[in-house]
Amino acid sequence: MSQHNVGGDPVATVPRSAGRKSPRIVVDRVGKSFRRGAVAALQECSLEIQPSEVLCVIGPSGCGKTTLLRIIDGLIRADTGRVLADGEEITRPRRDLAMVFQHFGLFPWKTVSGNVAYGLRVQGRPDQEVRATVRHYLEMVGLQGFEGHYPYQLSGGMQQRVGLARAFAVDPSVLLMDEPFGSLDAQTREVMQGELLRLWRIQRKTLVFVTHSIDEAIILGDRVALMTHRPGRIKELIDVGIPRPRDPEAVRGSPRYATLRRYIWNELKPEVAGSGDAP
Amino acid sequence: MTGRLSPTAIRSLSVLIGLTAWEIYGRAIHTVIFAYPSQIGRAFAELTRTGELWFYLRGSLVVLALGLALAIAIGIPVGVVMARGATVEYALEPYINALYATPTVALIPLIVLWAGFQVKAKVILVFLFCVFPVLINTYQGVKHTDAKLLEVARSFCAGEWSMWRDLMVPSAAPYILAGIRLGIGRGLVGMIVAEFYTAITGLGYMIVQYANNFRTDRLFVPIVVLMILGVGLTSLLRRIERSVAPWLHVAQQE
Ligand SMILES: Nc1ncnc2c1ncn2[C@@H]1O[C@H](COP(=O)(O)OP(=O)(O)OP(=O)(O)O)[C@@H](O)[C@H]1O
Ligand SMILES: [Mg+2]
Repeated sequence: MSQHNVGGDPVATVPRSAGRKSPRIVVDRVGKSFRRGAVAALQECSLEIQPSEVLCVIGPSGCGKTTLLRIIDGLIRADTGRVLADGEEITRPRRDLAMVFQHFGLFPWKTVSGNVAYGLRVQGRPDQEVRATVRHYLEMVGLQGFEGHYPYQLSGGMQQRVGLARAFAVDPSVLLMDEPFGSLDAQTREVMQGELLRLWRIQRKTLVFVTHSIDEAIILGDRVALMTHRPGRIKELIDVGIPRPRDPEAVRGSPRYATLRRYIWNELKPEVAGSGDAP
Repeated sequence: MTGRLSPTAIRSLSVLIGLTAWEIYGRAIHTVIFAYPSQIGRAFAELTRTGELWFYLRGSLVVLALGLALAIAIGIPVGVVMARGATVEYALEPYINALYATPTVALIPLIVLWAGFQVKAKVILVFLFCVFPVLINTYQGVKHTDAKLLEVARSFCAGEWSMWRDLMVPSAAPYILAGIRLGIGRGLVGMIVAEFYTAITGLGYMIVQYANNFRTDRLFVPIVVLMILGVGLTSLLRRIERSVAPWLHVAQQE
C-alpha cells in the first residue's frame, strides 16, 4: 500500500507538481482515536487540497472520512499532526469553511427556510439579503414551495438538499461535503451532480466531497483520494484528468472513465475486504 | 348494548355516579358540616353574582401569576447557564439541592420576617414553590441537546447567544414546558399556603372564613375553583407542550 502515486500504471498521469498554487488546505500526518485510544480512526493521514479543486474522498465505511472532515472543519482536534488553511493552523471552525453533514443536521424546530437561513442569521446578515439568498439556494436544490415545511415533513433526500442549501448559502470558499448525495434517488442525484458542476464553474469553490460512489467520484472530481480501511490514511491520490466542462453521460462513455473505474475498484477492494464492509 | 364505551363516556359516567352518590348521601345525613353538590352549585352561583368570588380569586391569581413569572424568568436562564458551564453548575448545585430539599413551608416565618405579610412575601413563596421544577427541567433539557446539532451550530460559528436562541432553548422547550406545568401545580399549593400563613387573603381567606362560620357549601366553592384551576392550567400546558414540538409526536400522528 504505497502512499500517493501509482507508479507506471496508466491511471497515474500528470505529475502533480506542475505549475501548482500553494495548497488551500494541508492535512499533515493527522492521527485521531476515540474512546481513549481504543478506536483508532485516522493514522498518519496526509493530504493537500488545492484552491478551487474538487477532491473526492472515497474509502470503506468506518475508515475515518467523517472524522477527517470534522478535523478539517475545526470541530474536533487531531491527537497528532495538524491541519492548515492557507498556512494557518485550524483550531476551531472558520467562516470560510462550511460543512454538509452526513446526518443532515437540520434543526427540527426550524422550517426549511429557517434552516437554510441559519448560517446567514448567525452571521447577522440583513434580512433582505437573507431572504434573497435563501430563495436562490432553495431554487437551486429544487425545494421552492417547501419553505414553510418542517424537516420531519420531508423525505430523507429533501432534508439532505436543505443541508446542502444551508452550506452554500453562507458562500464559503471551502465546502466539506460528507456524502451529500447519499440519500438521493438516482435521478435527483444526477440532477444535483449536474447542478454542483454548474455551480463550481461559476463559483470555483474548493470542494472536498466524500462519497461511496466511484462513478460520482470520477464525474465530479479533479482528483480522487482513496483511503485505507481503519485507521484511515490516504492510500493513493488519483488524477481524474477528464477536461471540464464535463457532460456526465459523455464521461461515462469514455475509455478513460472505464479505466479509472476499474482501477479505483481494484485498489479499493482489499480495503473494503479489510474492513468487512462494502463501500 | 354490547358496544364498548369511549374513554370520555366512561369518565363522564364515573363523575356523574360519584356526584349523584354524594348528593344522595349528603341529603340523607342532613347536617350543617356536610354539603352536597346542588348546595355547592347554589353557593357558587351566589358568590359569583355578588362578585365576591371574583374579588378573592383575582387576589390569588395575581400572586400566582407574579410568582410563576418570576420563577420562569429566573429558572430558565439559570438552568441554561448551569447546563452550559461546569463551573457554574458545581457552584450553584449545593444551593439548589439544599433549597429544593428543604420543605419550603419551613421557610415561611423567615420570609415573613424579611418580606412582611403582604403580596411580596406571598410572591416569594409561590416563586420558591415553582422555581425548582422549571430550573431543573431546563437544565435537563439543555443537557439533552443533540450533540450533532451542537456541532452544526459550532460549524457555522454560532455565538453563545445564538446557541441559546436557535438551539438550546427550542430543543429544551418541551422539558421547560413540562417544568412549568409541574411548577404550576406546586405554585397553587404555595399560593394557598401563603394565603393561610401570611396575611389571610384571596381564595385562602374564603376557605378560612367559611370554615370558621360552618358555611360548608360556600367553603367548597374556592376548593372547586382551585381544582378547576389546577386541572385547567395543567391541561393547557400539556396542549402547548404537544404543539411546540410536533416533531416529537410524528410517530403518534402517522
Ligand atoms: N465520537 C466517536 N466516538 C467513538 N468512536 C467514533 C466516534 N466517531 C467516529 N468513531 C469511530 O471512528 C471510526 C471512523 O468513523 P467515521 O465516522 O469517521 O467513519 P466514516 O468513514 O465516515 O464512515 P461512513 O462511511 O460509514 O460514514 C469508526 O470506527 C467509528 O466507529
Ligand atoms: Mg461518515
